[in-house]
Amino acid sequence: MTFTFTHSELTLLLPEITLLTMACLILVIDAFLSDEQRDLTFQLTQGTLIGTALLVWFNVPSEPIFAMSGFFIHDAMAAMLKFFTLLVVFWAFLYSRQYLKDRQFFKGEYFVLGLFATLGMMIMISAHNLLTIYLGLELLSLSLYTMVAMHRSSQTASEAAMKYFVLGALASGLLLYGISIIYGVTGSLDLSQLAVAIKNSPVEHHTLLTFGLVFLVIGLAFKLGAVPFHVWVPDVYQGAPTTVTLFISSAPKLAAFAILMRILVEGMSSLQTDWQNMLILLSILSMGTGNLLAIAQTNLKRMLAYSTIAHVGYLLLGVLTVTETGYAASMFYVVVYALMSLGGFGMIILLSRAGFEAENITDFKGLNQRNSWYAFIMMILMLSMAGVPPMLGFWAKLSVLSQVIQTGHVWLAVIAVIFAIIGAFYYLRIIWMMYFEKAEETQPIQAEPLMQIAISANGLVILGLGIAPHILMSLCLTTFGLSSY
Amino acid sequence: MFDIVYQYLPYPLAYSLIILIKIVLLVVPLMVAVAYYTLAERKIIGFMQIRIGPNRVNLSIIPGLNLLRGFGQPIADAFKLMFKEIIIPTNANRYLFVIAPTLSIAPALAAWAVIPFSETLWVANINAGLLYILAMTSLGVYGILIAGWASNSKYAFLSTMRFAAQIVSYEIAMGFSLVGVLMAAGSLNLSEIVAAQQGSVFHWFWIPLFPLLMIYFISGVAETNRSPFDVAEGESEIVAGFHVEYSGMLFAAFFLAEYANMILVAALTTLLFLGGWLSPFQGMGVLEQWTAWIPAPFWMFAKMSIFMLLFLWFRATFPRYRYDQIMRLGWKVFIPITLVWIVVVGLFILAQLPPWFDSTPITTALASR
Amino acid sequence: MTVKLIFYLFAAILIFAAVRVITVRNPVHAALYLVLAFFTTSGIWLILQAEFLAIALVLVYVGAVMVLFLFILMMLDINLAPLRENFTRYLPVGLTVSILIFVEMTLVVKVLSKPAPADLPAASSNIQLLGEQLYSLYVYPFEIAAVILLVAMIAAIALTLRPKRWSKYRKPEQQVNVRRQDRLRLINMPAEPKD
Repeated sequence: MTFTFTHSELTLLLPEITLLTMACLILVIDAFLSDEQRDLTFQLTQGTLIGTALLVWFNVPSEPIFAMSGFFIHDAMAAMLKFFTLLVVFWAFLYSRQYLKDRQFFKGEYFVLGLFATLGMMIMISAHNLLTIYLGLELLSLSLYTMVAMHRSSQTASEAAMKYFVLGALASGLLLYGISIIYGVTGSLDLSQLAVAIKNSPVEHHTLLTFGLVFLVIGLAFKLGAVPFHVWVPDVYQGAPTTVTLFISSAPKLAAFAILMRILVEGMSSLQTDWQNMLILLSILSMGTGNLLAIAQTNLKRMLAYSTIAHVGYLLLGVLTVTETGYAASMFYVVVYALMSLGGFGMIILLSRAGFEAENITDFKGLNQRNSWYAFIMMILMLSMAGVPPMLGFWAKLSVLSQVIQTGHVWLAVIAVIFAIIGAFYYLRIIWMMYFEKAEETQPIQAEPLMQIAISANGLVILGLGIAPHILMSLCLTTFGLSSY
Repeated sequence: MFDIVYQYLPYPLAYSLIILIKIVLLVVPLMVAVAYYTLAERKIIGFMQIRIGPNRVNLSIIPGLNLLRGFGQPIADAFKLMFKEIIIPTNANRYLFVIAPTLSIAPALAAWAVIPFSETLWVANINAGLLYILAMTSLGVYGILIAGWASNSKYAFLSTMRFAAQIVSYEIAMGFSLVGVLMAAGSLNLSEIVAAQQGSVFHWFWIPLFPLLMIYFISGVAETNRSPFDVAEGESEIVAGFHVEYSGMLFAAFFLAEYANMILVAALTTLLFLGGWLSPFQGMGVLEQWTAWIPAPFWMFAKMSIFMLLFLWFRATFPRYRYDQIMRLGWKVFIPITLVWIVVVGLFILAQLPPWFDSTPITTALASR
Repeated sequence: MTVKLIFYLFAAILIFAAVRVITVRNPVHAALYLVLAFFTTSGIWLILQAEFLAIALVLVYVGAVMVLFLFILMMLDINLAPLRENFTRYLPVGLTVSILIFVEMTLVVKVLSKPAPADLPAASSNIQLLGEQLYSLYVYPFEIAAVILLVAMIAAIALTLRPKRWSKYRKPEQQVNVRRQDRLRLINMPAEPKD
């Protein structure tokens, strides 16, 4: 019997192993805690996330290293995305604490499942084999379905969980079917081997490979929430408890971006022209549908869901340029999006209290009178989402669009800009309501200090990085081995 | 021995014929054993309760056997059941109602295919023997599940529900205790598991795997739906359980399956933990010489009869468990113990604890690394 | 020749059972046909010399999963009429998808005209080979799969466990630990004095 992995390979997996061990440990510790002591679970979870993030941060490789017989890849993109994933999850949990406590479902399992979901995302980000990609995805999805359903007394949450579960299973099935076709043709699941096999495949295999590719892209589009596979997004975002919506809408998008890159760019680079066209279609549809339907929404969670769909469209723009700088721009976009989404849903949590969800747009009326600081933060977030300079969101859209223009898809850039302008309307409407309408509610906003600090920091980070976007941008560029534009 | 068949018949036919002969040679004695096991049950429990038990039907047809009073009882029972009318209740699901007993007895008999009685005495010697047995015994639940449902009777149905939940629960503990055995033996093949216990009575797995032996056997009692785990029959509250609507041969089939399963559990416990057909006096000098003339299957049957007796003894001794207690025992006591003990066995193997783990396939593989 | 005959027999039973699963009216019957389908599949796998997989299929799917399935199905009182109403409505979509899948499968099979793998040597153990692969080459996905199962377990418990105050039940462990002193009190009563 020979083992095909060594100790040095295990050190590469140290963040994952730490996270898994701690998740199991927290699960056991939590079982012995009383409800009053439950804060310990929360603290341990946050500690684990920080510890894992540090482990990732101090081990950024200069070139890709493979481990576990090629199932695992450790490269700069993996390190960066993992770091941001952990950070975003950490932030999301900061927002969750008070909300969960107020609604009597501050449970250990919530955080443990969150950790397992994070583990799933890390596995996806570091996957270099269709098998690990699928397994990571399932780990993530299964945890998320449960987190949505965990608020059992809420009927909308149960409905959302059911929809999410059924459509998620369908998406997994499609992805799996695509994988099986590709495997049938090439005889390999490893992405490097796959790339070689596709390159050397005879012409008559092309139709079949395209079939497989279509299913893979559909599966990925489902998970990303791109139109026309977006139907689950608004319902799930609206129905799930806001903390879970926050979780679903932020970190998993980073992982979804990672597997998009792994499968399409690393595994299927020879089928470039095919998937490029598919992504263009998905991108235009997403930007259009997302922005147009968002206008009609009165529910903020639903509006943000459509805004997510639109953002996914922009995110795809960078990938479909098929250039390194384009990938960097997309990565920049997805990180920025995750930060904005955190802030957006964070504000809903902030304004909500036990028995009341501030999920309608009208709930934001006159926020300036009630608390001008939070109104200011919300304004930063909305301006950033709309892509108004000098907010971070502007630079994200700009970098993606400049890449699209540079690769000669000017018409696509024009469409994107038009939809962005249309989209700006509904973000600005919220700002209008906050500053120029009378407050219907006069209750002061109460939140624990932790929450206040977190949401303020979130807004200021977006503002600060917007003023100095090169910090984050250069990080993304170096990830793809580029120094500057 | 079978060469002559191959000479006169084409290969596939000869092969099938030999398999068939082997099956008959296995099943007929098994059925006789089952029949007399029921008699033994009644006699032994009678003895334990200070009564006589069946003593009317003797084998007076055979001259000189008048003294064995009651020994014709199983045959009389069999005849009675055979000639009874089979009643199918109205609104019962006809086909399933008739199929159910078959589904119950078929796996019970099929599992016997891989049981070795000595180094050379078996119907099939397959590599995944242990798994095969686990799979076959887990199929037995269908007979009862379908019987209960198809009878269209609430008592039968309640019994089915109880039984299905119970059997699924105890299968886990049973499976885990088998994992311990296969770790110790390094094989799933029953002959090899016995071979790994080569040596005297102290070399058998019952010492290092004692907790697993207990759990395996108790789970076996629960799996076969025997007292004190026989809530599925629960005559005090649900009449007779899943076979309340059955009569005649259909009922007899359930009966046969239950007893065949009991003997199977006894045989497996013997093979896995008590060295199967191995003589307890192996390597004991004079004792080994004196007992050398005893054929291997004798030891197997002797050890089996201990466990078969235990089945009856339990029934005569223990009161029936309450249902939540059964579930608690299975999930909260047995499964944790087996899980812990699997780790302990792993440590034993790493430590190469003599005399059991110093030369198993796994330890040699570890040493060669 | 014999093997081929057995294969076609099993394949015929499998297809019949699979068709019955979706056409039969009674859900319990459908589940039982599914059991038959699983069992037959395992027979076909045995012909392929995949003995471990075949037995594992029987053990896991037939022995455990389907039992629980039936357990639930038997207790449900399903009214089938509304479920069947939409059957014809969704039939075209379903047919299209199945035809598409069938075409693709044929394409894959046509492309993959690889020779059948050589027979394994008689002495080789399926389980051993599988184990060696699983614990060396595939150890990473194997571990992830284990984590997924753990999450499934946590999920099931988190979603179904009701707090103690919502349900009444006895605690066997307390009952088991009862001592004689807890239940029985010996009182020393002096005999009544004679008057």
